[in-house]
Amino acid sequence: MTYQSNIKRFFDGFNIVIFTLILLFLYIPILILIIYSFNDSKIISGWSGFTFKYYKILWENENLKNAFLNSLLVASISTIISTTIGLITALGLENRYFKAKKFIQGIIFLPLVMPDILMGISIAMLFSFLRFPMGRMTVIIAHITFCVSYTIIVIQSRLKGFDHTLQEAAMDLGANKTKFFWKVKFPIILPGILAAALLAFTLSLDDFIITFFSTGRGFNTLPIYVESAIRRGSVTTINALSTIMILLTLFITIISKPIRKMII
Amino acid sequence: MEDLRLVNVTKKFDNFIAVDSIDLEIKQGEFFSFLGPSGCGKTTLLRMIAGFEIPTEGNIFIGDTDISKLPPYKRPVNTIFQNYSLFPHISIYDNIAFGLKVKKVHKSEIKDRVQQMLKLVKMEAHKSKFPNQLSGGQKQRIAIARALINEPKVLLLDEPLAALDLKLRQHMLIELMNIHDAVGITFLYVTHDQSEALNIADRLAIMNKGSFAQVGMPDDVYERPETIFAAYFIGDTNLIEGRVVEIHDEFATVVCHTDSEHEIEIDTTYHRQPVLDEVITLSLRPEKIAISRRPPKRKDDFNILQGVIEDILYGGTHTQYIVKVGAHFLRVFQQHKKVYIDELSLDWEEHVYLYWHDTDTHIIFETDKNKVNSENIMKTIRRK
Repeated sequence: MTYQSNIKRFFDGFNIVIFTLILLFLYIPILILIIYSFNDSKIISGWSGFTFKYYKILWENENLKNAFLNSLLVASISTIISTTIGLITALGLENRYFKAKKFIQGIIFLPLVMPDILMGISIAMLFSFLRFPMGRMTVIIAHITFCVSYTIIVIQSRLKGFDHTLQEAAMDLGANKTKFFWKVKFPIILPGILAAALLAFTLSLDDFIITFFSTGRGFNTLPIYVESAIRRGSVTTINALSTIMILLTLFITIISKPIRKMII
Repeated sequence: MEDLRLVNVTKKFDNFIAVDSIDLEIKQGEFFSFLGPSGCGKTTLLRMIAGFEIPTEGNIFIGDTDISKLPPYKRPVNTIFQNYSLFPHISIYDNIAFGLKVKKVHKSEIKDRVQQMLKLVKMEAHKSKFPNQLSGGQKQRIAIARALINEPKVLLLDEPLAALDLKLRQHMLIELMNIHDAVGITFLYVTHDQSEALNIADRLAIMNKGSFAQVGMPDDVYERPETIFAAYFIGDTNLIEGRVVEIHDEFATVVCHTDSEHEIEIDTTYHRQPVLDEVITLSLRPEKIAISRRPPKRKDDFNILQGVIEDILYGGTHTQYIVKVGAHFLRVFQQHKKVYIDELSLDWEEHVYLYWHDTDTHIIFETDKNKVNSENIMKTIRRK
């Protein structure tokens, strides 16, 4: 065996080791979390038997259910609005003769690189300056604000691949601009719009920092509730909750696969 | 009558004149072709007829209706695009039905007409496929069906075969002619490929810098070019500048002066009588000239010149000889038929006779100001 092939074998082995370690670090905590959600013990120390107790406690916890419904509500509304704004903005930015295009493009990118905490504090300050009562409304507004950047960018990337000769083809065949949009352009960019909506939904659902700064007393989303519950020390119910969340995410990932397929 | 008429059509982009006051009449059912190099304005002219551009000046009529300011979706014309532009998100059936669906035609009628179109372009088996499952030639057929189903008065074709390979192109050309015969609609075909235009068109217009260099039937344009550009753009030609020294009933004698030592006399027939002492340009197609070591046996009505072979280029269907006659370089094409070859093949630096019939010389009443001919010949001679 040659010297070079020995080196190659060494690096191949090295790669596999690194890869395995990464997978372990990523998934072992999640696995432990799932296992312990069925552990019949108040503290995380050793196995004391199998139970569904914490799932039952969760089910009976009205505050938690409320927080979960709040999260869904905020995510749904902010998704619909931010995707609509994103679509309109992306379409508007297609205009080559629009002079402020570069400037606006820059403003759109800014929230992506800005730390969440900065955005959270600034939104909180704005609302308190305007004496706007903090609560459900402010959280929704804040979520729309940070989701819009993402939806614009995702929809723009889909629009970039759009073949503009199709507009001439459609108009040649008797379609005016409205008909062209609804019969040709919209169906072709729909996968991009759905992808943007999905992204906005997940971003909104798991946002903690910005929600923390923009919510008021009495309006909790799920991440806010989880944080306060952990502070109060009921870790075990959180394990059960997290397990449910993981299954939910898995489900969304699976249904999003056909959508992603359409994009490619 | 539903003739297409262009009256003084002009298109300016800022200060650039893309199309310069064009007048043209195309008869209903005609197969007409715009032929020209890229940037000559042929596509802009087509786009103005389609409605994608509005003329800066002038009017476009179909029959008696002025369509020059109508949007594309209100014009009785349809376009075949170079990249086909099929809608990728709907099936072949829906692509073809698109125009009728937009016009809210009844479903059962749409079905019948799509079926009819699929039959016309021989694509019945593919109707439920999607555009990305078709080959280039098949996409082209669908594009034709999608346009023709709207029963346009004029079908515009913008270099429709440019993306296909040679064999498929020849095949589709015949197919297009068959479709044209079947539907009897006016076809307006834009191309930069001269053989396509010569093959397919009833009449063609050669375009240069926004205006027509010549309009006519293919053989007319090829055999009797009116301008140097027309002569030079279609096929190959030898352009020789000369002065008319004698005019007879049926032919004129032209002296082509290069310098005092070298003078050639060429006899030519004419369609319009030149004036004595007029300086004109002779166009002589390379394939009309015979080349041989011996002079021809028959001499009446022949031009006979002597020269030296400067270069030989093998070209498959023919061999190109570049022969130096006096100070002129002439291009000669000779086919390789065994029946023609009664002698050993010609070699570099050989002295040869060139001869052709008087009627094969053609007078262009223009002088070659840009020296396109001589410069181009120099480019084809290999450096020694």
